[in-house]
Amino acid sequence: MINLKYSVGFQFLFKIHRSFNHSLKNECGRRSLSSFYTTDPIDKAEPTFEKILIANRGEIACRVIRTAKLMGIKTVAVHSTVDSNALHVKMADEAVCIGPAATRESYLNMEKILNVIRQTGSQAVHPGYGFLSENAEFVTILEKEGISFIGPSAHAISGMGDKIESKRVAKEAGVHVIPGFDGVVRDEEHCLEISRNIGYPVMIKASAGGGGKGMRIAWNDNEAREGFRLSKQEAASSFGDDRMLVEKFVDNPRHIEIQILGDKQGNVIYLNERECSIQRRNQKVIEEAPSTFIDPATRIAMGQQAVSLAKKIGYSSAGTVEFLVDSQKNFYFLEMNTRLQVEHPITEMITGIDLVHQMIRIAKGHRLNLKQSDVPLRGWAIECRVYAEDPFKNFGLPSIGRLDQYIEPTFIPNVRCDSGVEEGSEISIYYDPMICKLACHGPTRDDALKTSIEALDSYVIRGVTHNIPLLRDILDESRFVRGDINTKYLPEVYPNGFQGKQLQLLERQHLISIAACMWATNERRLQSFTNESNVNSMLKKNVERWILSVNVGGNKTPCQVELGEDGYYKATIEGKTYRIRNTLSLASPVIKVTVDDETHVVQLISKNSNGDYRIRFKGTPFAVSILTKKTEGYVSHMLEKPKVDVSKAVLSPMPGVIRSVNVKVGDNVSEGQEVLVIEAMKMQNKLTATATGKVKSVNCRPGDTVEEGITLVELE
Amino acid sequence: MLNILRSRCIAHSNFLAPLQSRWSSSIEHTLQVRKDIESKRELSRQGGGPKRIASQHKKGKLTARERIDLLCDDNSFVEYDAFAEHTCTDFGMDKEKYPGDSVVTGHGLIRGRLAYIFSQDFTVFGGSLSSIHARKICKIMDEAMTVGAPVIGLNDSGGARIQEGVESLAGYADIFLRNVMASGVVPQISLIMGPCAGGAVYSPALTDFTFMVKDSSYLFITGPDVVKSVTNEDVTFEELGGAKTHTTISGVAHKAFENDVEALLQLRDFMGYLPRSNKDPSPIRVPSDPWDREVPGLDTVVPLESTTAYDMLDVINSIVDEREFFEIMPTSAKNIIVGFACMNGRSVGIVANQPKVAAGCLDIDASVKGARFVRFCDAFNIPIITFVDVPGFLPGTAQEYGGIIRHGAKLLYAFAEATVPKITIITRKAYGGAYDVMSSKHLRGDKNYAWPTAEIAVMGAKGAVSILYRGKGNVEQYEQEYIKKFGNPFPAAVKGFVDDIIEPRITRRRICEDLNVLAAKTQKNPWKKHANIPL
Repeated sequence: MINLKYSVGFQFLFKIHRSFNHSLKNECGRRSLSSFYTTDPIDKAEPTFEKILIANRGEIACRVIRTAKLMGIKTVAVHSTVDSNALHVKMADEAVCIGPAATRESYLNMEKILNVIRQTGSQAVHPGYGFLSENAEFVTILEKEGISFIGPSAHAISGMGDKIESKRVAKEAGVHVIPGFDGVVRDEEHCLEISRNIGYPVMIKASAGGGGKGMRIAWNDNEAREGFRLSKQEAASSFGDDRMLVEKFVDNPRHIEIQILGDKQGNVIYLNERECSIQRRNQKVIEEAPSTFIDPATRIAMGQQAVSLAKKIGYSSAGTVEFLVDSQKNFYFLEMNTRLQVEHPITEMITGIDLVHQMIRIAKGHRLNLKQSDVPLRGWAIECRVYAEDPFKNFGLPSIGRLDQYIEPTFIPNVRCDSGVEEGSEISIYYDPMICKLACHGPTRDDALKTSIEALDSYVIRGVTHNIPLLRDILDESRFVRGDINTKYLPEVYPNGFQGKQLQLLERQHLISIAACMWATNERRLQSFTNESNVNSMLKKNVERWILSVNVGGNKTPCQVELGEDGYYKATIEGKTYRIRNTLSLASPVIKVTVDDETHVVQLISKNSNGDYRIRFKGTPFAVSILTKKTEGYVSHMLEKPKVDVSKAVLSPMPGVIRSVNVKVGDNVSEGQEVLVIEAMKMQNKLTATATGKVKSVNCRPGDTVEEGITLVELE
Repeated sequence: MLNILRSRCIAHSNFLAPLQSRWSSSIEHTLQVRKDIESKRELSRQGGGPKRIASQHKKGKLTARERIDLLCDDNSFVEYDAFAEHTCTDFGMDKEKYPGDSVVTGHGLIRGRLAYIFSQDFTVFGGSLSSIHARKICKIMDEAMTVGAPVIGLNDSGGARIQEGVESLAGYADIFLRNVMASGVVPQISLIMGPCAGGAVYSPALTDFTFMVKDSSYLFITGPDVVKSVTNEDVTFEELGGAKTHTTISGVAHKAFENDVEALLQLRDFMGYLPRSNKDPSPIRVPSDPWDREVPGLDTVVPLESTTAYDMLDVINSIVDEREFFEIMPTSAKNIIVGFACMNGRSVGIVANQPKVAAGCLDIDASVKGARFVRFCDAFNIPIITFVDVPGFLPGTAQEYGGIIRHGAKLLYAFAEATVPKITIITRKAYGGAYDVMSSKHLRGDKNYAWPTAEIAVMGAKGAVSILYRGKGNVEQYEQEYIKKFGNPFPAAVKGFVDDIIEPRITRRRICEDLNVLAAKTQKNPWKKHANIPL
């Protein structure tokens, strides 16, 4: 019963944005919120702010606005010109354009945001994450102006934001820390010296960094030198602060973090842990709460250390203390994030606490109503970060485009989608490529996994390349299912990079029978004209049997499809027969199809007259070519058209801005040598020569904005 | 049949032998004739023989019969004139005969629907056109006209049968005449799958649609050798008349396909959009995409900044059934989009300005491309849906010298003349004369809608202000005033020039509803011998 109410709550709360005009002001929506956030629900009698400004964009701005609305607080959104149509702008009571797309001139521009605060009479500011969320200077100005910052104090931000300083404080608070160099690294040589002293492997990271930006692991002198240089550049462009530090790199670590809440009266509680070990390039992909690895004793120990650190610096608001945990369950303090984390929904799911509500309460000066013993741990929650990126390239290179079709799977119970986009939204090169946080809850981990898989399969995203294939594959990969994970999970499980779902024989035959039945359905429909008296009915043979050749991944398989009078297709492949009901609706964005007794949720992404079908099956889009036996015979006469030779060219793997070009025409380069650096979504990606040779042409300059697939450098 | 009887009679009179032997010889003869029929038919099937077939395959081309086999439903093709032979006796031609000559003709079914087909056989005399070749084609064209079914030509011919001289030329003219007579009566489609040169090109040119196969088909009046000798230009076959040339530069061909198989499979699907004749309604398939499906993404497809481009194909693809849009001429005059799709199963023609290319303006090529398409749809009862975002006609000497006045008038003419259901959606700009042209209410548009982003005005603010307030300062203020007044759909809605201002997301629903209502539309133009479109 509780679960039922709960799921209704999710749907109301997080489907809201589809019809927010109606339901946001709807009392029903509020009631269902309280049924979801059962732990310390909103008390309408408690004094709060009248109007707050959300200094952010995308899903987190929407997330904050939702709770603010439910608390009866008016909201002000700020936005850049390209975001004028964005969801957060539509959801807020007021919205002010603060500048062009570039973040420096909009979301990072303190002066402009402060003006909007004054102009709109906002009493408080919620910074979301990223942008100004951990900018002590911003908070100091707000404090001076008497505006509440919905987050920690400037003192706590600067104390914890600086990695060197935070380590020192942590040590003092009795928190376990990783061996490292307590100070700023002067230059490349200094970096080498320190690295050798600590002993490889070492982690080189920006003092002001976070979110994996400005961070590199080095296993030897060369990598240390390169890592220092690249991370420094990234740090400069991302944070405007290029101070670097070096520390011991813990091998085989898990990334487990403790969510804390502290009030201004000095009370601090912890809201259990989140495991965020599934990462690529130090950016989280899948998170879960609780962790399969943490026993109650360890949980308490970690929680108490986190609380002790927070108390030491007088931390108020929501915060996260990140730890690395080794295989012996030793844990080391990594850093403290003085903001609301991206992955906070899973903590909300297992505790029933609305973190944004608590942050606003605390900022207003209220005392925590919750004691540590009030914090529940119920069920299991898994969050998949759905990114606009190509998982087949380096586990994810950013992609852009328009969401031609976009349907979130929020119709499934216990599924929560936090997103800032809707059908028709544009994913641009200017901001983070995250489309949505898909969080699924269940009484057990198995239930949460099952729901997540169904949700991912039912998630419709067209027009933009996304990472669902990878997410979906991880969720039923055996190591992940066992909980045997660490931060190097991806390269360990996919040593050759992610190459899509590897089909077992039965899965493959199911895919083939589904594809063949789709083809047959289409074929039957194409000759079903309703307004033509069929003068040719005498000539027309109602063929209900097709001999096909289905090609998946270069392997042709003969398949015979027959439509029986019982309304079932029978697909025969290599002597085995599969039954599929003749009710496939090719127009549906999501197609539920049962092969014998097994139900698959598949998506027909595209099809054409040539029999080229693109079908998303178990998360991965498969190119399936379906030909009749007759056509196949004729195809054998067709000539292979010569393909453009790209081996001698360096193409842009994604849209972005050229940061530096390290070669010029006439240079001799060797295979693997770095030729240029392209920045997209604030990540520096070095492109290397694909072959050894002489540079024939360089088609770009630093600062150029390039599209995907453009030839940047050509070799002779 | 009569011929056979007659020849048998003659045979009888030649053998006035004893009864016994007469009997046996008669049986023998009958069996022999059967054998001959079989062997002739077999010869006919072989075309130019295995060697030439192999050489055709080596070029990545299918044979005439293979093409028909792929185009038609299994075992549905019925061949005519398999025994026809040429009658030329000059140049030793009497010794070289192939039953059926250099073309295969007949009728078949494409997804259960009747179509007449001729397929030129390159393996026989290089597919050259003899008088019997022409007569075979004429025969199926005549029958197609009387029955009311489309004619599909699969062209692969070296040209005229030179040995036959003027007879071959007469053959071409016979076909041309039929092309013209059939025009607007039954759909005529040409698929160029090999060479098609000289006078031969005018048959495809007269048909409704000309498709080409990339790298293996050529269309030109005179080949590279003649070009070289006359104008001293060096040009390759491909550059002069390949698929790329005709689908991007000349606009002669409507679409190009990768190879024979792809072309024929696509053609099978394409035929599903066309009615069988001008007496038949636009075909309706059993629909599976919900007719009332909302498209929320359309609410934001038009950028807020009215000078920013967007892709009109995003609009079209999301509105039509199952995102399936068969675009015609996708690579030439890209500032206008034309093509076929289904709305709730019903075949419709779509015409749309493309703001992404040249701001969607109308120029000579776009006008001609649009006009021809509109006229096809009108001739064959296919409703026309028009999406308008047009800043006007393209100015400049190139356009004026090229005759934009005359060519632009073609599009205007086509829309005005059309009596099929016409539904128009103004997504953004509808400026000046181009507003009138694009299936406006004034040209008998049945349903004209504006999106909230629509701006219907004589011209853009800048231009208007420079005329209205010539020489006056404070231009910006006047511009703002003008935008306030005309940069919205109200002025047109107030006057009833648009029937409604609709939310973009419900566009599909409205179109489907309207098509249903308009299915009963009857409208006739005044009697005339034929109209006089400004050619």
